[in-house]
Amino acid sequence: MTEFAKLENIVEEPGERNTRRAFLVAAGAAGLAYTAALGYPIYRYLASPAEMAMSATAVTEVMLKDAQKLPAGAVLMFKFGTSPAMLIHHEDGRWVALTAVCTHLGCTVQYEPQADRIHCACHGGVYNPYTGANVSGPPPKPLKLFKVAVNDTGVEVSRA
Amino acid sequence: MTAKTIYDWTDERLGLSELAAFARHKTVPVHAQSFWYYWGGISLFLFMVQCFTGVLLLVYYRPGAEAYESVRQITFVMHFGWLIRSAHAWAANLMIFSILVHMFSVYFMKAYRKPREFGWLSGMALLGVASVFGFSGYLLPMDELSYFATKVGLEIPAAIPWVGQGIASMLRGGPDVSEFTVQRFFALHVVVLPGLFLPLLAFHLWLVQKHGNAAPPSVEALPAAERKSMPFMPNFLRKDLAMWLISLNILALLASVFPWSLGKQFDALAPAPMGIHPEWYFMSPFEMLKLLGMVKWLQGEPGEIAGILLFTLGIVLWILIPFYDKDKASGQRARAAHYFGLVAVFALLATTIIGYWTIR
Repeated sequence: MTEFAKLENIVEEPGERNTRRAFLVAAGAAGLAYTAALGYPIYRYLASPAEMAMSATAVTEVMLKDAQKLPAGAVLMFKFGTSPAMLIHHEDGRWVALTAVCTHLGCTVQYEPQADRIHCACHGGVYNPYTGANVSGPPPKPLKLFKVAVNDTGVEVSRA
Repeated sequence: MTAKTIYDWTDERLGLSELAAFARHKTVPVHAQSFWYYWGGISLFLFMVQCFTGVLLLVYYRPGAEAYESVRQITFVMHFGWLIRSAHAWAANLMIFSILVHMFSVYFMKAYRKPREFGWLSGMALLGVASVFGFSGYLLPMDELSYFATKVGLEIPAAIPWVGQGIASMLRGGPDVSEFTVQRFFALHVVVLPGLFLPLLAFHLWLVQKHGNAAPPSVEALPAAERKSMPFMPNFLRKDLAMWLISLNILALLASVFPWSLGKQFDALAPAPMGIHPEWYFMSPFEMLKLLGMVKWLQGEPGEIAGILLFTLGIVLWILIPFYDKDKASGQRARAAHYFGLVAVFALLATTIIGYWTIR
């Protein structure tokens, strides 16, 4: 038997059991702390884009420069924070801005001027282009409306 | 279902108990030089660190024209990105260092002798791939230093008569280092080289299991009763893991206290920065070429070719050592191989020191 193997077989004194237990607890705690110290930077590193997006979603208004020149019957897609949104200039002159994310499974919807509807190509959801109300198909909720203010330098879209 | 039934079920299909029996019987020689046995394991650990941190860098790195911008982002925008990048760069250097220590310890313990020739050859191949890893990875940030280091480094294959220029432009993807170079170095660094390295590593590790650790000739000469050993499981393994922990702590310390810097973005029109020099593990061949170029009748191209020839000859002799130093039965040191090793260590150290000395 080698010297190393002999060490393994030392008979434990009764009092040693407690110190051994304390040692194992301390070693376990140190190991956990060590793992946490390694894991934390890796978690923060991988979470960086998500954290940056969080600050972008805090946006409450977007200024669309020169958007007042958008012709009637046309649509302008833009980003509100991190998600797509649409500004519609209706034939009757009304301006409407809504989120462009389908409430069903998150596809980006499109405005169809000839049918005068907002349509989602993924599963055929249809919304009202003035109110955002879900008209037919699978969408469970309406599209959210934004407040729109048109002036001579552009269009300001803000959270309603 | 008990743990025993699950074990039996798996054992029947995978032969776990054979592996366990093998592990129980595996021993490691104990002698004055046993310390050097840890360096292969340390190299392996650092390679695993490289795989891990490399994948983390891959999450944000973009090769090609955006390479510098993405490394700038990793270093200054992403949380702890500087630390991940610093750990990857430091571990790369530490890995080359520990492979070199491992190689010289194997050399001087004569662990390359029969039946371990393939262990030596595969180890040399691993070192070769590791240095290409280092060279290709160095370019990826595309800052000033990496740009010029790659430019100069590729002049070495370019100096090979007739085919050199063709090889160099193939490696560069054009007549000069550009975003095409970084794109192909990236493919090399993350796909081709791991594809070469991993099977070589598996072969190398399998050979270590097959033949066990070699004892130096002085220990081999002892009668069997005087030779000491320790069981691999769990004694050596435990010490191995302790070494890994120490390596990880040293790496964490270096990476956080001395974060790897990022220079200015490369500019093909800017002059080379002062004090430019290759990574320390390429310093020696770089300096040898420089020194040979100073010899009067070897100036210019003949000097470069002579340098490459001399260096290639040295490496070939080094790789073939198991085939001309086979003195085993007598238990005596084959002095010639030993002196060749000492000369090689001296030449490497001396040229490296001269190299650094002449920068400053």
